[in-house]
Amino acid sequence: MTFLGYRRTDGRVGIRNHVLIIPSVVCANRVARGISQLVTGTTWVEHQHGCTQLGDDAALTRRVLVAHGTHPNVYGIVVVGLGCETMRAQDIAAGIREACPDKPLRLVIIQDEGGSVKAIAAGASAAHEMVSGASCMERTPSDVSELILGTECGGSDACSGISANPALGVASDLLIDAGGSVILAETTELIGAEHLIAARAVNPQVAVRCYDVIKRCEDSAKSMGVDMRGGQPTPGNIEGGLSTIEEKSLGCIYKAGTKPLQDIIDYAMPVTKKGLIWMDTPGQDIEQITGMVAGGCHFVVFTTGRGTCCGSPIAPTIKVATNTALYEKMKDNMDVNAGTIITGDESVQQVGRRIYQEMMQVASGKCPRAEILGFNDFAIKRIGPSL
Amino acid sequence: MTKKAIVMEAADNVATAVEKIEPLTEMILDVAGNRITVQVTERILFGHKFAIRDIPSGDAVFKYGEPIGIAQRDIKTGQHVHVHNLESRRGRGDKNPEPS
Repeated sequence: MTFLGYRRTDGRVGIRNHVLIIPSVVCANRVARGISQLVTGTTWVEHQHGCTQLGDDAALTRRVLVAHGTHPNVYGIVVVGLGCETMRAQDIAAGIREACPDKPLRLVIIQDEGGSVKAIAAGASAAHEMVSGASCMERTPSDVSELILGTECGGSDACSGISANPALGVASDLLIDAGGSVILAETTELIGAEHLIAARAVNPQVAVRCYDVIKRCEDSAKSMGVDMRGGQPTPGNIEGGLSTIEEKSLGCIYKAGTKPLQDIIDYAMPVTKKGLIWMDTPGQDIEQITGMVAGGCHFVVFTTGRGTCCGSPIAPTIKVATNTALYEKMKDNMDVNAGTIITGDESVQQVGRRIYQEMMQVASGKCPRAEILGFNDFAIKRIGPSL
Repeated sequence: MTKKAIVMEAADNVATAVEKIEPLTEMILDVAGNRITVQVTERILFGHKFAIRDIPSGDAVFKYGEPIGIAQRDIKTGQHVHVHNLESRRGRGDKNPEPS
């Protein structure tokens, strides 16, 4: 089976053709936004990082920024730095160039350009050339087996584990049957369900890792000295009827379908295997999306019961409502209604196939709501303090 | 057929309401193909759980056929099961703080 994608010279295929403006540091956010505001057809990210970071924490931020530049959904990149930051824009640009030497890339340093106005002008000048080039590229038939799906549930309610997540599980299985890859993430929301996923591990090493990753996550929560409840599940989850993290996790895991777990990878590491992959991310929605996109996922299917609007700046984010009341109430932000499972009008299989069809259309260019409405949520996990 | 409450697995001792249920409502539930009748004794909001069997204090509450926590008091059939009478066993930094 094929979809229409953008073939990159590194061999990968994209489902979008973005010109992306990336600030290397929080101090360059305004300029990155200014460039994007001037040039229709660009998108940008903003973040709070890039200075006074050390070691693995700095490496993680760098990895995420570079991976957004090298992402196959991105045609060209403008990297913006202030000039005195830890996370030098030159290094981010070099990281992107090393992996993707053919991608249009422009480096803009605010202090070298002579201030923010001149930096915005320089960036906009480069970006508008890139948009012109991007607009000439045509989509070509590409095999579905090249697609990587990121799965997510956020703003969960008690229906998440009954309707939308099992249906997303069906769609995940369909993509894996077609030869593609599926990311399961949000480690926190697997606490209490680790035995179920470990039983599907492809080998004993991966099974052991399932328990190790959960233990580390749970120990980190316990080190705060309080009950996790209130942080996980969240107040909204609790209002929606979810009582404990175990209950949330057991509903959460359905979205991973039924296929064997091939591997567990760290946050924002590239997905290189086919089949089901667990990426160790926080349960915080935007940090999770950002990590999965950095790992190379082309698009995200995001189930929600309470209602969330978010979306990645470069990976189309498809929203699946767990109940019909939410779908009707937040229609502007929802793409698929899985509430028909609750009302008995459709089976889990039927909704799963609808989600898969939506994924295929989005891969070929259909815009989900979060993309139409311009959501460009971006948040990088931190593992060290700001100094 | 419109369902008012769902029992996910045969081992479960709670049902999930998929519409608001008023006290003293007689619920006919499908538990793995068997029909059981439960009188709901408290108002149960959409998405919330009620006991379909008596659950003694200290026993596990089961949903999806798996334990989701421990009953903190005796829960009678038909009663609301939520954060007031059900506690998690996981991520309890308040009970077993990790040495820092």
